[in-house]
Amino acid sequence: MSEDLGGRSLIPDPGCSSPLSPPRWGPLAPWHHLRRRARLLADVRAYFSRTGALEVETPLLALAGSTDPALASFSLTAHDGRQWWLQTSPEFAMKRLLAAGSGDIFQICHAFRQEEQSRRHQSEFTLLEWYRVGLDHHGLMDDMVQLLSAIGFPFPLERHAWSVLSLQYLGFDAALAETHVLADFARARGGVFQEALLDRTVLLDWIYGCALLPSLPADRAVFIHDFPCEQAAYARLAPGAPWLAERFELVVGETELANGFHEVIDAREQRARHVLENTRRRAAGRPEVPLDEDFLAALESGLPPCAGVALGVERLLMLMLGVDDIRQVVAFDDGSARD
Amino acid sequence: MASYSTNQFKPGLKLMLDGDPCSIVENEMVKPGKGQAFNRVKLRNLRSGRVVERTFKSGDSVEAADIVEVEMQFLYNDGEAWHFMNPESFEQIQAGNSIVGDAGQWLKGQEMCSVMLWDGQPIGVTPPNFVVLKITQTDPGIRGDTATGGTKPATMETGAVVKVPLFIEEGSLLKIDTRTGEYVSRAKEE
Repeated sequence: MSEDLGGRSLIPDPGCSSPLSPPRWGPLAPWHHLRRRARLLADVRAYFSRTGALEVETPLLALAGSTDPALASFSLTAHDGRQWWLQTSPEFAMKRLLAAGSGDIFQICHAFRQEEQSRRHQSEFTLLEWYRVGLDHHGLMDDMVQLLSAIGFPFPLERHAWSVLSLQYLGFDAALAETHVLADFARARGGVFQEALLDRTVLLDWIYGCALLPSLPADRAVFIHDFPCEQAAYARLAPGAPWLAERFELVVGETELANGFHEVIDAREQRARHVLENTRRRAAGRPEVPLDEDFLAALESGLPPCAGVALGVERLLMLMLGVDDIRQVVAFDDGSARD
Repeated sequence: MASYSTNQFKPGLKLMLDGDPCSIVENEMVKPGKGQAFNRVKLRNLRSGRVVERTFKSGDSVEAADIVEVEMQFLYNDGEAWHFMNPESFEQIQAGNSIVGDAGQWLKGQEMCSVMLWDGQPIGVTPPNFVVLKITQTDPGIRGDTATGGTKPATMETGAVVKVPLFIEEGSLLKIDTRTGEYVSRAKEE
């Protein structure tokens, strides 16, 4: 049906048929990209329907936000004077559903992050996020391999530990290296840092984003698992190896496609991580964000052991279509990049 | 001291790096999924011309470089220094051979050049895009040979050597593109 709709449209397809440039008000992506997008979402829904996950929707706008120190949420003040937040991910709401007994769930929704604009970023973007009860991060990676196969993902998949890749591509295991070694390595490779006393987490982020990912081959997709504990976010620490976190990412070259956790289910540990994040926000000059007490209460009542992952839908489409600009896969952007 | 935050970074912005003024060539955001964002920046060192790549933590600020580019007229070269004058203020500056560099081979006097000043001192000279110069030496022209596409070297009055078509005669005036160092056309006496 969607194929027919495109053909019947009054707007010429800027990607194939019209020799004229598309009108300024017209869609950014060519119609065949938008049709591919629709088919991808249908394939995703079919996969989760077949594998027993329930599609859910949770609010984009709420009175609680994200404390993630690397994220800047959009907030707005309503007529009643209260501060509202646009979600940076549906994670907390979905975990409340899990705690309430939902079983496996998935969601396709928009998320909003300020200060993120590049060929791979838009402030508003689409996430596919899902949770499997009873799986750990490796089980969820297996599930993801099945999903990618079902939707026709074109890249070969590999799976490697963070430390193994660090050793292979950087010549040392940065997860275990001392902070001054990380700082020397980053500075020798062009890192410019103002602080005399460098934050280990920032350095590990630099090693990962500015050294490790750029050295990975761009022709295959790699699951990178077991991150340094400083980059745990909301992943469990590995039993018997607490310097590692049971977190994974799926990357193709420098493009991060998905991020997943074997989730923290201990409410006290989760609260401690939020408090730490707010401390880091304060140190970085970012505003603190009130904790989502409904989410923490849900954890206190009992989140079943589970693993969850969020996947960037636009990035997935970019890879599947072989385009390098996110605006090639969305109908419209927010207009800020024009003129 | 003036400074720029990384979110002001864009091509052409001038900032200080390791004590030298640099100009941003490319600026790209690197944002590992859950972590700190960085700006990956290609910078041209305005003194050496070399391009280097650096990564800055997003949100940091960097000292601005006091760089201005002024249109100045080239007056003369006294063998040690090249003398330029601002035609509006009549202020004169001198630049050494190392600063004028390859630009010098196109200058005979009177040309309007773009002079880059760092803290008021010249660090670079850009000649006009096109100059007209006389050939002082070249092999005899092959009359009428406008079709074979062959070239020969010709020495200009400033000492620059330019490849010219075979039919060009010694003493001719040529229009030259200084950005490529290539012959454009014959020129008439002004």
